[in-house]
Amino acid sequence: MIRTLASALALYSIWLLLSGMFVPFLLAAGFCCAIAIKLFSRRLNAIAEETEVLELNWVKLVAYYPWLIKETVLAAWDVSKRILNPRLPISPALVEFAPSQKTDLGLVIHANSITLTPGTISVEVEHGRFLVHALTEEGALSLAGSEMDRRCAELEVV
Amino acid sequence: MLTAATLALLVTVALALARAAYGPSVFDRLQAASTIGTCAMLLLALLGFLNGRPEFLDLALTYGLLNVIGIIAVLKFIHLGRLVNKSAENVEDA
Amino acid sequence: MNMLIDILSGVFLAGGAFFCLVGSIGLIRMPDFYTRMQAASVTETLGAGLMLIGLILHAGLTLVAAKLAIMGLLILLASPTSSHALAKAALMSGLKPLLGPRGSKKEVPPSKP
Repeated sequence: MIRTLASALALYSIWLLLSGMFVPFLLAAGFCCAIAIKLFSRRLNAIAEETEVLELNWVKLVAYYPWLIKETVLAAWDVSKRILNPRLPISPALVEFAPSQKTDLGLVIHANSITLTPGTISVEVEHGRFLVHALTEEGALSLAGSEMDRRCAELEVV
Repeated sequence: MLTAATLALLVTVALALARAAYGPSVFDRLQAASTIGTCAMLLLALLGFLNGRPEFLDLALTYGLLNVIGIIAVLKFIHLGRLVNKSAENVEDA
Repeated sequence: MNMLIDILSGVFLAGGAFFCLVGSIGLIRMPDFYTRMQAASVTETLGAGLMLIGLILHAGLTLVAAKLAIMGLLILLASPTSSHALAKAALMSGLKPLLGPRGSKKEVPPSKP
């Protein structure tokens, strides 16, 4: 019940943010919509009944994303230089390695970060096995036991 | 600068369209479609600023969401040959 | 101060436009599907990101900026998911990636479980 109310409130705040008009009719309409969406999604069983999904080290997560953006910018710059180089100096590689995360959420954050960084794309994601396509051989070799791996493992609450 | 960025985005869309038209495999075409989707989202935002109509941003947001859902729906269709999971259908029948 | 913000926003917009163009040039130039995906991810991360930052600076601290930030968050979380789904579907359908340094024409089949 508390979870239902909390998510309805979250939906309502998204409504307020997107509408930006604070007249009584729209405020009431938004409230009704939030409740209706909650009822519909309950009827559809669209929301999984897992409660411990978002157990994360939030302090480290706040520090993680700026670091990830910095890495993304550096990688994108490197890939752009390779694209614009007339000789096209690429050596694509497909590597398999074992990530050190234990929880699903940690694995998802790690795989998402790998794909977000230009030059590497996670192709297959399982417990204890990532299959990654990399644009360069060096990029592929630096994946196993990388700083990203360590930082994602630190995000988890075991 | 807004106009220049809009023109650059239009060129980007044109190049992606060329890839979508030429692309040997269906996945190349899908990748091009997803790039066009991202560019269209940015174009809508830029157009909103150019015309001084911030409502365009809502369209851009919707377009971004639809883009992701659309790509995943097409992939599921390619993968399964249909849009509904077999097991889900069975549950419905039972 | 206003002038400075305008110039900064212009610089970010120009950078975003540049990286969008680079990504699409890569989309044309790269030899196979997987490498084309890497090129397209430049457009989706740095191109879109810089352009959104430019627009946020242009908009100032308003609701419009908040919406642009939501768009950025959407790109940050959703676009890798759809790229991952695309790459996985391509590999499962049997599209072999081109491997090794350019020109060596060595095609190693990926290890499949």
